[in-house]
Amino acid sequence: MQGYILKRIIIAAFTIFLVVSVVFFIFRMGAADPVAIMLPPDATPKDARILTEKFGLDKPLIVQYWNFIKRAGHGNFGLSFRYTEPALKVLFARLPATIQLGLVAFFAAVVIGLFIGIISAVKPDSLIDRFGRGFALAGMSLPTFWVGIMLILFLGVTLRWLPIAGRGSPLHFIMPAFCLSLYPIALITRLARSSMLDALKSDYVLMARIKGVPEFNVILLHAFRNACISLVTVIFSIFGYLILGSVVVETIFSWPGIGRLVIESFFARDYPVVQIFVLFVTFVVVTLNLIVDIVYAYIDPRIRYR
Amino acid sequence: MKDNTIDTKDDKLLELKDVRTSFYTREGEVKAVDGVSFSIRRGEVVGLVGESGCGKSVTSLSIMRLVPQPAGEIISGEILFKNENLLEKSEEEMRQLRGDRISMILQDPMVSLNQLLTVGYQLGEPLKYHNKVTGSLKDMCIDILRKVRVPSPESRINNYPFEFSGGMCQRALIGMGIANAPDLLIADEPTTALDVSVQAQILKLMRDIQRESNASVILITHDLACVAQICSRVMVMYAGKIVEKAPIKTFYKNPAHPYSIGLIESVPVLGRRSKRLYSIEGHPPNLLDPPSGCRFAPRCAKAKKICFESYPPQIALEEGHDVSCWLYSGD
Amino acid sequence: MWRIWLFKRNRPGKKNDISSGKKVRLKIPYLGFTCLALFFFAVIFADVISPYDPYEGDLINITLPPFWQDGGTTAHLLGTDMLGRDVLSRLIHGSRISFLISVGCISFYGSIGVILGLISGFFGGKTDMFIMRLTDFWMSLPGIIVLFMLASVYGPSAKTLILTFGIMGWPNYARIVRGECLSLRERDFVRLARVAGCGNLRIMLSHIFPNIMNTIIIVATIDVGGIIVLTATMSFLGLGTQPPSCDWGLMLAEGRQYITYAWWLVTFPGVAIVVAVLGFNLTGDWIREIFDPKQKLR
Repeated sequence: MQGYILKRIIIAAFTIFLVVSVVFFIFRMGAADPVAIMLPPDATPKDARILTEKFGLDKPLIVQYWNFIKRAGHGNFGLSFRYTEPALKVLFARLPATIQLGLVAFFAAVVIGLFIGIISAVKPDSLIDRFGRGFALAGMSLPTFWVGIMLILFLGVTLRWLPIAGRGSPLHFIMPAFCLSLYPIALITRLARSSMLDALKSDYVLMARIKGVPEFNVILLHAFRNACISLVTVIFSIFGYLILGSVVVETIFSWPGIGRLVIESFFARDYPVVQIFVLFVTFVVVTLNLIVDIVYAYIDPRIRYR
Repeated sequence: MKDNTIDTKDDKLLELKDVRTSFYTREGEVKAVDGVSFSIRRGEVVGLVGESGCGKSVTSLSIMRLVPQPAGEIISGEILFKNENLLEKSEEEMRQLRGDRISMILQDPMVSLNQLLTVGYQLGEPLKYHNKVTGSLKDMCIDILRKVRVPSPESRINNYPFEFSGGMCQRALIGMGIANAPDLLIADEPTTALDVSVQAQILKLMRDIQRESNASVILITHDLACVAQICSRVMVMYAGKIVEKAPIKTFYKNPAHPYSIGLIESVPVLGRRSKRLYSIEGHPPNLLDPPSGCRFAPRCAKAKKICFESYPPQIALEEGHDVSCWLYSGD
Repeated sequence: MWRIWLFKRNRPGKKNDISSGKKVRLKIPYLGFTCLALFFFAVIFADVISPYDPYEGDLINITLPPFWQDGGTTAHLLGTDMLGRDVLSRLIHGSRISFLISVGCISFYGSIGVILGLISGFFGGKTDMFIMRLTDFWMSLPGIIVLFMLASVYGPSAKTLILTFGIMGWPNYARIVRGECLSLRERDFVRLARVAGCGNLRIMLSHIFPNIMNTIIIVATIDVGGIIVLTATMSFLGLGTQPPSCDWGLMLAEGRQYITYAWWLVTFPGVAIVVAVLGFNLTGDWIREIFDPKQKLR
């Protein structure tokens, strides 16, 4: 078991390193000359040269790469062009807002989705099942950004019940959180239902009932536990969705998180910030995958014994 | 109160009266069990024989009231267990019977065990949920493993099913079945998924356990050899109905129903030379729309006109030997 | 007492909905078919049924409301946008853009995925392991990251979008195809082909591939819905199709500024997206139910 985890950690570290390198080369390759962006229009070539030297942009690519890695190791990812502060600091300043929305969406998805999904499977064709299936279809077919805009239109503009932008009071929080949670809840509901249905049809569930195990335990211990295996992957894939989702929701509701930050930075050509965003997200994703692997090892004994 | 415990010879543990179970599918109603009646005495080992799809498993699931829902439904009939109609009991009452007084062993041991829970835990479930735990649950489980002849049970108890071989899994399943010394044990093709050498061991184990506990056993199988080894009585099922019931020796010496004769003929005998293997021509009828006459008539060499028109009544040939066939109605 | 409702099993002899013959037949998704029909009608006949040129604006009649509201005319059924362009015409042509981008993307990454999946499933061993590890890794990368990077290099455009989706989308197909391949590989007809002397390529192409077509079609149909939404989302953010394209997402982005008084600019494009996606999702589900042999009993 320890060996398995160790192997996974090494792969994760390697992956991060790989991505960091790829990011570096892509941004150096394509980004417009950062110096040209930073300078005011009336700058002289001499100013340009001074800046170029200052940022070490005149050195050969390999040296720049090495400097980059060195500095990345220390947590220095360059200065934001717009804010002239370390990019990392800019990112972390806006991170809590995003985490706030993201966590709510995640927990809502897991709790509500599992609840409705399981009940749906246990009592097919009941009211809850029909509602659950309809809701899941709606949640997965309606584009998140349009739902956000419609919410603003109805609740914000027409009815004026809720504020339509910014962060502050709990009222500001309702619409963005709801909007972001919609797709994850729908996804989990649908998948929980189908994995539970499959599990409930299996022979080991029949066997449990034959033994006289009370129905509650049959559903929870036997059916649900086995359904979990396929669910764990999906649950963690929600984080993947949350990245794009946050960008969209934060843009629509002017929520001051890193999603909105990266869009603004992209169009303002503030590439250090875009870069740190990419690196940060990759780091989070790789770490999450690692956690998923470890969780799997705990749930499914078959993995441990290979 | 009915006095029915004195005469052990007539002591019916289980009695099915005209039980009908159907499945409702996209294509229509599949009459899997269409009017089945039989009875089992205490301590009897009865074989229920028939080909795949004839309704044997559905019969056993009906007895346990675990027919897959919502597609399946026990439509009518009575199932009397110790003179109480199981079809009228509440779900909680049934749950208390299952695993305690009536138990079942399924066919494929690798699939019937939950791969994520230890064998020990799964063995303990019937004990735990019927409040039969005296002392240490773990010790009781080890005892069960020992009884079903699993080597080194003390360490095996913490293993997962994927660490067991097929034969050992089946033994564990049998262990779960007999944990509470049930009155009735239904074994649904317990040896089909196993190697031949292991089959013999499992059958021997079952015979020994049955002798010791005097439980009634319904052995469901399509393998006549299994039946010959441990059963005292045989029931033959075809297309949702029981066509013959006979004591074992009578069955092999004088099978009455043409289908039974066909089954026995189909078993190849070592040493007997013949140009081709015998098999019954044709295939079983579609249970969506079964014929109104005898269901075996299309495949029967001796079929008469009346066989296609109406279903033959059950005729008693001799003590304990019943058959549903028009061939025996006149004489 | 909620327990009783939750765990209740039907008593024998009592008829439930199924035994009384009601809900068993396969539900035909009328809604899905209607939506799909609408969508394809727009895609095919866009030039014919569209009342105006979607790119030409009539600067005299800007931001007209739909015809049933005050100030609207039947000349512009769903109103006009801020440059005087007819909303209905833009919606109709937008379907074409969505469709073309979807088809382009899916052909692109579908082919890559199927080829890699076939190789992986057919040859097995180290190749299989390597490709599977690759898909594992690839699937966990969020697509928007790649989009940001590529957009930084090539600038945001429809082409960049197709490229990004193409790069991101193949693992799903590879996985599914590989799974089918693995099970088909052991089937008798493949073994017979081998015994008959067929080479690997021939077996892959004529024997295995036709059998996985079913699954591929099912997955692709449902995928189209997803791509349409993603295209719209990216265009909305400004990372996809660029003005003056009449992509639905772009229309929503442009209309957003006028939300306080021109509600129709943000409502109708969204409705169009929903109709298209519902069409593909519901139809895809129905196809899947038909082809899945396990689903005989409900």
